[in-house]
Amino acid sequence: MNIVVCLKQVPDTETQIKIGPDNKSIVTDDIKWVINPYDEFGVEEALQLKEKFGGEVTVVGMGPKRVTESIRTALAMGADKGILITDDALEGSDSLATAKALAAVLKDLEYDLIFTGQRGVDDDMGVVGPALAELLGIPNLSLIVKVEAAEDGKSVKVNRPVEGETLVIESSLPALITAQKGLNEPRYASLPGIMKAKKKPLEEKTLGDLGLDAAQFGEGARKLKILEMTPPPERAAGKIVEGETPQEKAAELAKLLHEEAKVF
Amino acid sequence: MDFSLSMEQEILRNSVRDFAEKEIRPVARELDEKEEFSHETMQKMAELGLFGMFVSEKYGGQGMDYVSYIIATEEIARVDGSHAATVAAANSLGVGPLYYFGNEEQKVKYLPKLCSGEALWGFGLTEPNAGSDAGNSKTTGVLEKDQWVVNGSKIFITNASTRITTGVTALCRTGTREDGRPELSCILIEMGTPGFEAREMHGKLMWRASNTSELYFDDCRVPQENLLGPRGNGFHQMMQTLDGGRLSIGAMGLGGAQGCFDLSLQYSREREQFGKPISNFQVNAFKLADMALEIECARLILYKACWLRDNEKPFSKEAAMAKLHCSEVMYRCANHAVQLHGGYGLMKEYDVERFYRDQKLLEIGEGTSEVQRIVISRLIGAL
Ligand SMILES: Cc1cc2nc3c(=O)[nH]c(=O)nc-3n(C[C@H](O)[C@H](O)[C@H](O)COP(=O)(O)OP(=O)(O)OC[C@H]3O[C@@H](n4cnc5c(N)ncnc54)[C@H](O)[C@@H]3O)c2cc1C
Repeated sequence: MNIVVCLKQVPDTETQIKIGPDNKSIVTDDIKWVINPYDEFGVEEALQLKEKFGGEVTVVGMGPKRVTESIRTALAMGADKGILITDDALEGSDSLATAKALAAVLKDLEYDLIFTGQRGVDDDMGVVGPALAELLGIPNLSLIVKVEAAEDGKSVKVNRPVEGETLVIESSLPALITAQKGLNEPRYASLPGIMKAKKKPLEEKTLGDLGLDAAQFGEGARKLKILEMTPPPERAAGKIVEGETPQEKAAELAKLLHEEAKVF
Repeated sequence: MDFSLSMEQEILRNSVRDFAEKEIRPVARELDEKEEFSHETMQKMAELGLFGMFVSEKYGGQGMDYVSYIIATEEIARVDGSHAATVAAANSLGVGPLYYFGNEEQKVKYLPKLCSGEALWGFGLTEPNAGSDAGNSKTTGVLEKDQWVVNGSKIFITNASTRITTGVTALCRTGTREDGRPELSCILIEMGTPGFEAREMHGKLMWRASNTSELYFDDCRVPQENLLGPRGNGFHQMMQTLDGGRLSIGAMGLGGAQGCFDLSLQYSREREQFGKPISNFQVNAFKLADMALEIECARLILYKACWLRDNEKPFSKEAAMAKLHCSEVMYRCANHAVQLHGGYGLMKEYDVERFYRDQKLLEIGEGTSEVQRIVISRLIGAL
């Protein structure tokens, strides 16, 4: 089973985000970059499927050269090959443009399954996966927490949690899955894995290499424009629920949740 | 001058940091409290590849450079001293002498299991009456026909009495040199050899989840081929091992200091008194600034010493300096860390309490701070 995992590099969720002087972007100087956590679930799932069915796992990333480190990390986890789409003209591309660039790489690859994260933890758009499936004309299985491939490797059965229930979906392959938290527990890049990854192939491709027109990418081609970024409001002081007994406290809490927080 | 780490080293740091936070942080406090060496975390560290880091792939090692080994040790120490001790002692003291001084047969026999982390090996230098003065070892090895007969005892030996320990390297007096001084040699003694007993020591202030043992040799007989390297080279081998070992103690100081700093910065920003975070009081901010500065300097000297080693340049002086400096930097950082945590810093619920205790070993083990100053004084030509 050949699997492609699309991987985005995002700021570590522990990083303190500062908004830039233009009020439209973040300051990237001190940021620690990591693999988007949802994409990491995709890498892990792909590796588990490979362990069962054989085949190759290819990791495709897009962005500046620093993204190489994230791709190498996925190779150190056990993926076989990496491709980085990197081109100055890509700077500032929106989700749709990203999906187009990824689709251009994918049309030359052999794949049974594609994994993307259900969303990037940076922009929180959640568009690239579904858009990519659409561009490739294959089924899109969003927000998946369990993947079972048929013994013959020709179809998958996947689970999506829906309001406390589970929706079980079957699909023919090839298909695209967007990974949701709960899918698995990603492995660590082991030391032997890191050494092996050094020798694994990692190809770089520009828009030109992919036969794409630079005018359709980057800031200028955005369909969505960011007008402004504002920091989240300061967290308000907490509230201690008063009461003599646990019962009283629970009743008071329920009342506050209903009347003040209005959560139900 | 290029200060950047390689991409592999960056990935290694991220991976080990992530591992330490998720697998060690949640259990470190309880293991410390129970004074328990955990075979479970040992196995997880083994799976990650933390053993035999600088050993060539030929013997099952990871074939990494020394800087990488030090980064990995540093990242474990950033979360817990005991686990870092297990890793550092296994690599520098357990694997080190076998890898650098063993013959092919010994390497093939012992290294693969030590590098996969299925086994541990002790480094038996210190004796009850030979600590800083390690050359004064009283343990004897007498060659009778084709066997060494070993008698004596060792103390404070790390990793020497776990369930998976397979043996120890013991420094023994094997005769008298022409100049009248003792001839010292290293002898390999496997676990289970009659007359050899390793007893776990209890009641430690620090490194409570690391295994420390007393070794007893009572007419313990091992084959003649268990000699490590040439006869009479034992002391030299041990001292050379400690040169490398000092870098890993340095890594523990640096990592521990970083751990203290990270916890303190976070705590100081969150803890409010007089209506504002305590980090907003300049006296506290300056403590954090001093910690950050000292850590940066400690990292520079430690990495430089590793770089010298990786580039096959003399590094004894820098190793002693790095060991001394990093352990003293952690001393000051742990002190600031507890101070910044106030009363909570004295409670076991807060990791800085453990860091405060764990730090002390670093100024004593593998050559005390006084001994490091002697080494440096000699190497700069002052003594
Ligand atoms: C947890 C732990 C793990 C250890 N692991 C190992 C191990 O794996 N293998 C191993 O072989 N050893 C190990 N050791 C032993 C350690 O290396 C020794 O404790 C250390 O070398 C100091 O020896 P000592 O304790 O006998 O102190 P001593 O040598 O008695 O020193 C006492 C004091 O006198 C000072 N002093 C001694 N000589 C001089 C001098 N010439 N000038 C000035 N001051 C001096 C010392 O600096 C110290 O302050 C371990 C120790 C501990 C606590």
